[in-house]
Amino acid sequence: MMTVTVSEATIDAGTEFAAISASGAGGIATFVGLVRSDDGVAILSLEHYPGATEAALRALADTAIARWDLIGARITHRVGDMHPGEIVVFVGTAARHRGAALEACAFLIDRLKTEAPFWKKETRGGETSWVEPRDSDDVAAARWKA
Amino acid sequence: MLYFAWVRERIGKASETVSPPSEVTTVAALIDWLAAGSTDHAAAFVDRNRLRAAVDQVFVALDAPLGSPREVAIFPPVTGG
Repeated sequence: MMTVTVSEATIDAGTEFAAISASGAGGIATFVGLVRSDDGVAILSLEHYPGATEAALRALADTAIARWDLIGARITHRVGDMHPGEIVVFVGTAARHRGAALEACAFLIDRLKTEAPFWKKETRGGETSWVEPRDSDDVAAARWKA
Repeated sequence: MLYFAWVRERIGKASETVSPPSEVTTVAALIDWLAAGSTDHAAAFVDRNRLRAAVDQVFVALDAPLGSPREVAIFPPVTGG
């Protein structure tokens, strides 16, 4: 079971967790990414490439399901304007055992950061700037090369 | 053509329809052709190392052959998650 959602709607962690848990698997791993509240960002705006984004996320989920024999994978990514403390992304994986669920969850968020067409813009004190990609994200994504 | 993030902002539009000449056979050549035709495009495309592309929604290197695409997107490296 795979569910990929990209929308401007607020993400509720409880709702997301209930959905991935409904798979009946013995092990669920989740990652929740929040808008940082420690560096003065007032608004985080997420732009994306409609159609290509969903396709990229489905391709990643397909890869994870096959590689770790997952029972389920769920990726929910918000776009538009959001505020510190709000959820940007939820990744959930369901497997028979914890090892597969944990590894697949890390794979999905690492690869999402370098392969899915999202762009972040931060507003701080009335000034806006596009977020620059980080080399550490490329390193994290590269460790999953099969 | 589709443009995203600061590429879109510098060009001043999110999309446009173009008809490049037949000698434009790669994404890089398409970028050169667009840059030669407008100062806004030239400003957006000044640093090729910071550009990424997709042809018909498939992510490709800039030296990839263009073919006869319906949709080409030019954008910065991605920063989601």
